[in-house]
Amino acid sequence: MSLLRGLVRRPWRLAAEASALLIAVVVAFPLYWMVLSAFKPAGEIESSEPRPWTLAPSLDSFRRVFGQQEFGRYFVNSLVVAGSVVIVSALIAFLAATAVTRFRFRFRTTLLIMFLVAQMVPVEALTIPLFFTMRGLGLLNTLGSLILPQIAFSLPFAIWMLRGFVKAVPDALEEAAYIDGASRTRFLWQILFPLVFPGLVATSVFSFISAWNDFLFAKSFIISDTSQSTLPMALLVFYKPDDPDWGGVMAASTVMTIPVLVFFVLVQRRLVSGLGGAVKD
Amino acid sequence: MLVYPIYQLGLISFFQYTQAQVSGGEPTTFKGFGNYSELFSDSQFWQVLLATVLFAAACVVSTLAVGCALAVLLTRVRAVPRLVLMLAALGAWATPAVTGSTVWLLLFDPDFGPVNRILGLGDHSWTYGRLSAFFLVLLEVVWCSFPFVMVTVYAGIRAVPSEVLEAAALDGASQWRIWRSVLTPMLRPILTVVTIQSVIWDFKVFTQIYVMTNGGGIAGQNLVLNVYAYQQAFASSKYSLGSAIGVVMLLMLLAVTLVYLRLLRRQGEEL
Repeated sequence: MSLLRGLVRRPWRLAAEASALLIAVVVAFPLYWMVLSAFKPAGEIESSEPRPWTLAPSLDSFRRVFGQQEFGRYFVNSLVVAGSVVIVSALIAFLAATAVTRFRFRFRTTLLIMFLVAQMVPVEALTIPLFFTMRGLGLLNTLGSLILPQIAFSLPFAIWMLRGFVKAVPDALEEAAYIDGASRTRFLWQILFPLVFPGLVATSVFSFISAWNDFLFAKSFIISDTSQSTLPMALLVFYKPDDPDWGGVMAASTVMTIPVLVFFVLVQRRLVSGLGGAVKD
Repeated sequence: MLVYPIYQLGLISFFQYTQAQVSGGEPTTFKGFGNYSELFSDSQFWQVLLATVLFAAACVVSTLAVGCALAVLLTRVRAVPRLVLMLAALGAWATPAVTGSTVWLLLFDPDFGPVNRILGLGDHSWTYGRLSAFFLVLLEVVWCSFPFVMVTVYAGIRAVPSEVLEAAALDGASQWRIWRSVLTPMLRPILTVVTIQSVIWDFKVFTQIYVMTNGGGIAGQNLVLNVYAYQQAFASSKYSLGSAIGVVMLLMLLAVTLVYLRLLRRQGEEL
């Protein structure tokens, strides 16, 4: 790579760097505007002269968000859903990925193709039958109706991605462990698990985001009991098409985006290498 | 959890299933392909189908173009600008679809948004016209989905061993030639994966349309199949019609999947 870079002459590199920074600014601008609008006092957001700064930052919008709408409750609900989805699907995906990589059994290829096909299913179309299933199970209006389908839909992608990581652990290591007298379980949890952990982090990002952002299941399955609502629903309370409370929407958006951002920045490095590894294999 | 709903989806699409059946007021009756013929004779369905395909195609092409261009750009710059751009992209990626949609709406708001101010458009409404509303949604979709392409392609380019590039350069290949004849073929598996993933995601756009055009735009002008199915099922209580649309979407995506598997096979990849 250094050679490629060396071939490019200096003025070109400066131009490239300048445009990279410029693009970064453009890409980050919506996020900046979101946080800015959340801190603007009410009069300033709804002014016909929008300014990219504010001289009188206020917490009014945040106060409105946290005060009015049982927001803390929604936040906790979202955390519960996303947390359980991440943990359960990571565990299942780890075991399943090990199974399809380490063991050869009948229908293994069929199973793998099914995982791939399952990723292509439009989740929205399945909302209708899932609605009836949830009704049958008596899970409507509970957090369980959000957790179960989220786990189901995040698994295929997670297994597919983890497979690459399990594959990368050499078979010789497994044999060495058995020769040293380790049991299967011991190998699985004390040797394989730590080695595959970076991959688990990368896949968890995906399941966390889809669970945290989910808007469809929450909208369809939590019909009447608003105490079981999650953050995306709470956000829309502020957004009325005719007269949106922009300050409230932006403050709620900020609160909702921050956990994901933190999560992303924490795993940034592992994600990049994780994606590269998974795609290569 | 995954197979059963798909089975049920197919089943419901063959029955008469509306509010009356849900509440148990009337028995469910078998309609055969009745829902499908109703669907196919509905001119709005075809219009929505066409809009969906065109919109998804536009989204995929723009996302891939932006993502790949920026991935190449990332390899040409030093660490600091690279990190800055990477972080900005990760921020856009991490933004939940609901919040992303509302932020873009605010940016393009006719009264209070900065974009109209900068472009000097006065109080031009972006969500009023059909095309401009689609364009606005397209911008948001590209914004939140190009980072996946960029990061993946960048990781792929970095994984190309430098010996290969050195050998090509020693053999006298030009920059352009290296790109075209060495890197592109080596990156093809990755490009296939991101293309297929983008097709799947963009064909299924839901939240952005639902939020930004308020459930499909004025008189449903911005409907895409996914939102259309949802509206039919949950707003008009025509669950079976919604299911039939879902089945049509599923079949279209399955066709894409088969092409994808074919491509993998041809590359001799072992599953």
